[in-house]
Amino acid sequence: MDRLALDVAHLFAGGLVLVSFMLLYQDRMFGLLNIFALHALVVSLSVAWQAHIQNAPHLYITAAIALVVKAIVIPVALHRIIVRLGIHRTIETVGGIGQTMLAGIGLVALSILVMLPITAEAGTLTREDLAFSLSVILLGLLMMISRRNAVSQIIGFMSIENGLILAATAAKGMPLVVEISVAFSIIIALIVVGIFLFRIRERFDTMDVHALERFRGGQP
Amino acid sequence: MTEFGPVMLLAVLLVPLGSAALLALFQDDRVTGRLNALASLVTFLASTSLFFARPEPGPFLIVDDVNVVFIVLNTFVAFTTSVFSASYIAHELETGRLTPVYLRFYHAMYQTLMFAMNLALLSNNVGLMWVAIELATLTTVLMVGLYRTPAALEAAWKYFILGSVGIALALFGTILVYLAARSVVGEGLDAMAWNVLVKRAPSFDPHLLNLAFAFLLLGYGTKVGLVPLHAWLPDAHAEGPTPISAVLSGLLLNVALFAVLRFKMVMSANPGALAPGPLMVTLGLLSVLFAAFMLYRRHDIKRMFAYSSIEHMGVITFAFGMGGPLANFAGLLHMIFHSLTKSAIFFSVGHIAQIKGTQTMADIRGLTVTHPVLGWGLVLGVMTIVGLPPMGIFMSEFLIISSTFARQPALAVALALGLLLTLGALLWRLNGLAFGESLGKDAPSDASFIPMFAHLGLVLAAGIFLPPALVSWFQYVAGLLG
Repeated sequence: MDRLALDVAHLFAGGLVLVSFMLLYQDRMFGLLNIFALHALVVSLSVAWQAHIQNAPHLYITAAIALVVKAIVIPVALHRIIVRLGIHRTIETVGGIGQTMLAGIGLVALSILVMLPITAEAGTLTREDLAFSLSVILLGLLMMISRRNAVSQIIGFMSIENGLILAATAAKGMPLVVEISVAFSIIIALIVVGIFLFRIRERFDTMDVHALERFRGGQP
Repeated sequence: MTEFGPVMLLAVLLVPLGSAALLALFQDDRVTGRLNALASLVTFLASTSLFFARPEPGPFLIVDDVNVVFIVLNTFVAFTTSVFSASYIAHELETGRLTPVYLRFYHAMYQTLMFAMNLALLSNNVGLMWVAIELATLTTVLMVGLYRTPAALEAAWKYFILGSVGIALALFGTILVYLAARSVVGEGLDAMAWNVLVKRAPSFDPHLLNLAFAFLLLGYGTKVGLVPLHAWLPDAHAEGPTPISAVLSGLLLNVALFAVLRFKMVMSANPGALAPGPLMVTLGLLSVLFAAFMLYRRHDIKRMFAYSSIEHMGVITFAFGMGGPLANFAGLLHMIFHSLTKSAIFFSVGHIAQIKGTQTMADIRGLTVTHPVLGWGLVLGVMTIVGLPPMGIFMSEFLIISSTFARQPALAVALALGLLLTLGALLWRLNGLAFGESLGKDAPSDASFIPMFAHLGLVLAAGIFLPPALVSWFQYVAGLLG
């Protein structure tokens, strides 16, 4: 494979990990949405580049979905919801930003140590993309557990999905099923945004998931 | 006969899907309840025909010895639950807990869930199975939040977050399995087909498979409700409508475990790969012991039986983790008996909660006095689930413990301890619920008890006499599971 193609693919995949770190330290709601839009943009560029170098035109569809839905529609919709509900305040985090970033670095190191040795036969592009995508997935998980706010948990989950798309496109020739599943994930995100945020707001007047803890039923 | 099979196969999938669309349109609650039951009955009949006319495996769908029993079980419990659901939901409408709009939504989601579970069981493609399980998760999240009370919303949110993280991990594992298969099978659909994967597994890269299985076990294990990934399960069972608790415990947990089993077959076919057994034994035993202790501290009746489901999924995972023909055989039996018994218990619990207007156990007393049929039904159900003879669960638990004792006495002792603790907790609670002086409201119940007693009768009959043809067939499947 030609050197430039590989380098560009690395640039995008590495860029995605970097944007994941940016998501980790955002403490304002709108900032978080903007960075997530960037995250989705990078993943769609990465997928489009994979489509180009793998000669797999169907991947352009995945790239387009990521671009339109995740980089534009969902951030805009969430933006409007946040404005309408008047919750654009800072996000409460569990633990300090510094600790979270350190944990994130540890996770990236871990995923590289895990993935690179075992994928030795799979080709340079695949193995490094897989290592990066595992990093993005783990960083997304870290984001979900270090935030108490429902919106940032949804964004954390969607960044995990972006990591999965990267992994699925890196596994060259994976059948169309993956694209179907990506479409499913987008539906999930939409339904959740639509239904849960409104229902949570309706009942609690807050978007803070911590408030939900009070309602653990069945305990004295 | 060859043309008959594919039609029935499609019917098992398309009848639920079509009736979901239909049920979303109908307004009248009497019609929809019956239509729901009718659609489930048709699906069940279509699935039984798969025993006799088995279509050839295609790139997406497969009917083989392993999944045919699960698909029949799934559609059967779906049918009986829909009968129970019709009377349950009518009562919910009367008391105003549900509005007609939500009812339409509920029925449409019920059939969508059936479609998703049947698809997951029938799929011959690891990616398609993943999509189906994700769809099942999504529909159950929406149904758990159906009542829109704060507690129901919390349960649905927790289930959504944990469930989707589990599903995400499972997809990563699926991608890794594809990568392992790709270098041997080549690119394309074949590298994701079950029948090809199992056949070619010996030459896959064992390291990739190991990592993939870790992700798959954690991912689908979240859906099975294995400790420490179980946090969503009690809440989701307690706060959703009771028919959904019955379907969750009886069917969806099985479907997720079925996915783990499929991957376990691939793992054990590869000589260089890590043995999946010890991991499953550990998670299973942990679930049994954890749930056994937690049972003593429950106050909510549905929550208590949800912990009992965690315990039983632990027992089943333990059995398949031990492996070998006998333990696998017992695990398969236990899976079926648990589905039937636990859904029967939830049927009775649903009616009890409606009569008493509460799920708190301290407020429910003397059921056998005021509602003899319902009360004794619950007694029978709990006797079955704790594994007293002569019920079927006694037989499967006895087989699991005795086959483990021959190989790993210490593990068998730990498992037996967990089972005894569960027995103590459930009988203690049952004593309060079923006997003594009646407490709380005692409105008469016009519910149908046929689904409950049909399930318990089947488990009793199987415990006393299991037809030899069925035994030899189960033994054959147990051998396939490795």
